Amino acid sequence: MSTAQDPATAAPAPLDPAAAAGALALGDDALVLSHRLAEWTGHAPVLEEEVALANIALDLLGQARTLLSLVGDEDELAFLREERAFRNVQLVEQPNGDFAHTIARQLYFSVYQELLYGQLAAAGEPSPLAPLAAKAVKEVAYHRDHAEQWTLRLGDGTETSHARMRAGLDALWRFTGELFRPIGGLAVDWAGLEAAWLAAVGGVLERATLGLPEGPRGTGWSAGAGREGVHTEPFGRMLAEMQHLHRSHPGASW
Amino acid sequence: MPETITERGRGPGAEPGPRSRTGAGTAEDAPQATAAFEAKIAADERIEPRDWMPDAYRATLVRQIAQHAHSEIIGMQPEANWLTRAPSLRRKAILLAKVQDEAGHGLYLYSAAETLGTGRDELLDKLHAGRQKYSSIFNYPTLTWADVGAIGWLVDGAAIINQVPLCRCSYGPYARAMVRICKEESFHQRQGYELLHTLAHGTPGQRAMAQDAVDRWWWPSLMMFGPPDDESAHSAQSMAWKIKRHSNDELRQRFVDICVPQAEILGLTLPDPDLRWNEERGQHDFGAIDWTEFKEVLRGNGPCNEQRIGRRRQAHEDGAWVRDAAAAYAAKRARAAESAEAAA
Repeated sequence: MSTAQDPATAAPAPLDPAAAAGALALGDDALVLSHRLAEWTGHAPVLEEEVALANIALDLLGQARTLLSLVGDEDELAFLREERAFRNVQLVEQPNGDFAHTIARQLYFSVYQELLYGQLAAAGEPSPLAPLAAKAVKEVAYHRDHAEQWTLRLGDGTETSHARMRAGLDALWRFTGELFRPIGGLAVDWAGLEAAWLAAVGGVLERATLGLPEGPRGTGWSAGAGREGVHTEPFGRMLAEMQHLHRSHPGASW
Repeated sequence: MPETITERGRGPGAEPGPRSRTGAGTAEDAPQATAAFEAKIAADERIEPRDWMPDAYRATLVRQIAQHAHSEIIGMQPEANWLTRAPSLRRKAILLAKVQDEAGHGLYLYSAAETLGTGRDELLDKLHAGRQKYSSIFNYPTLTWADVGAIGWLVDGAAIINQVPLCRCSYGPYARAMVRICKEESFHQRQGYELLHTLAHGTPGQRAMAQDAVDRWWWPSLMMFGPPDDESAHSAQSMAWKIKRHSNDELRQRFVDICVPQAEILGLTLPDPDLRWNEERGQHDFGAIDWTEFKEVLRGNGPCNEQRIGRRRQAHEDGAWVRDAAAAYAAKRARAAESAEAAA
């Protein structure tokens, strides 16, 4: 997947601690969401979605590997950290639910990632994550398009699909506030990011005959918690499954 | 000359109607068309979707290609079973890419089957109803991570031996699908071998895991070549039609001869006390296959038959509302486009 010529993986200069914390947060986001999407394999509603969801999962896993490798050993970071040491937002760790729930999570997150990587890529050289962002933003634009197309189909499809899409969007809404909590070390205009995100998601949902959910976008408990290592209950179980084999054979290489 | 009869009589435009019926054999033109068909087969030319073909040739191909397509998508399950537990991110990425390829292979093959006048939905319904089969191998469970490597080495290896000759199959769309599929399969096979090699040269625990996986997958892999030649119902006709190029036993022997030195390099043993080089034949002798087990698995009584088909049915049923939504949305878009056109 990545090659020696790939600017995203070419011998990176060591990151300063603040930038490393930023890379870890974004790497964990991609790693965890990739894992959730991989859980769809063999369960998708049509074969084309088996391909699409695995494809997106693979892109995200590639991003995670690049980001985690900037911080340390990718496998040590993925398989030997405990729940409280993960820095991903709670949104990405939420269980898949039905297809609409998964698509709602994809819409919220891929729009966020596209805008965020867009800003990081535009920051250019001073940002150590700029090369990765420049590559990833192309992948993420595809993920966003996929989520957007399905949001339109489900929202403006049948009564059932409309209701399910509505339910998915509403259930995940409270996890979206956390996305815009500034991550130290990343040169991002967070307020601008949030405004752009609301406009983009709102635009898609309007076309999908849905509209933005009502209600809070994050309580005092949940907002920012994932970035500090405080997660939701399903996350520990996900990690148990993900890590058990690696942990069962200490020191082995695979 | 026989070909021009085919072209004129049954070719494009000669008989309007659904694609599914072009080239269907009818009584009155049968002798001429049959002669043309047989001449093409004899000349190693490809049969294409609009060409006339005997009904039995069409039916055999539909059965075989559908079964092949079903095997690709059922075959995602035993490997996906380990996706969420892969022990390194590199291995996880490789496995994810592989199952994605398998879904893609399923798509190619359903498309190839559709050129014969059937539909993917119809074929999936038959799979779900148990009226069409998939490869017996996917009814075995993946119990450890090493099974992912054993599947890559042995199962994909056996599939390649079976499939490479299909690249020269007489039916064009199938042959072309196989060319693409074989390229990707070879890649998977090498990755599986490398996975197993790493385990076999790793810790004692990893090594034991690798040997156990090979012990469990060896015989089921040999069964992938189908029943012995004297019991293979479709073989003679399929070979005459050049759908098949080699007999089951020939391909099985080739597989054994390839695997023995590979197992040596891995430093693993194959679980067959009768396996030995036969100087006279220039091939390996090997032990008897448990054909009772093979028949039981084909009958639906293997370790995972119910689980595999149950999962597939469940995914299909759970996804019905999604497919309905996509269809409803497409219909709304089409109506909107129509009225926009009418207004213009």
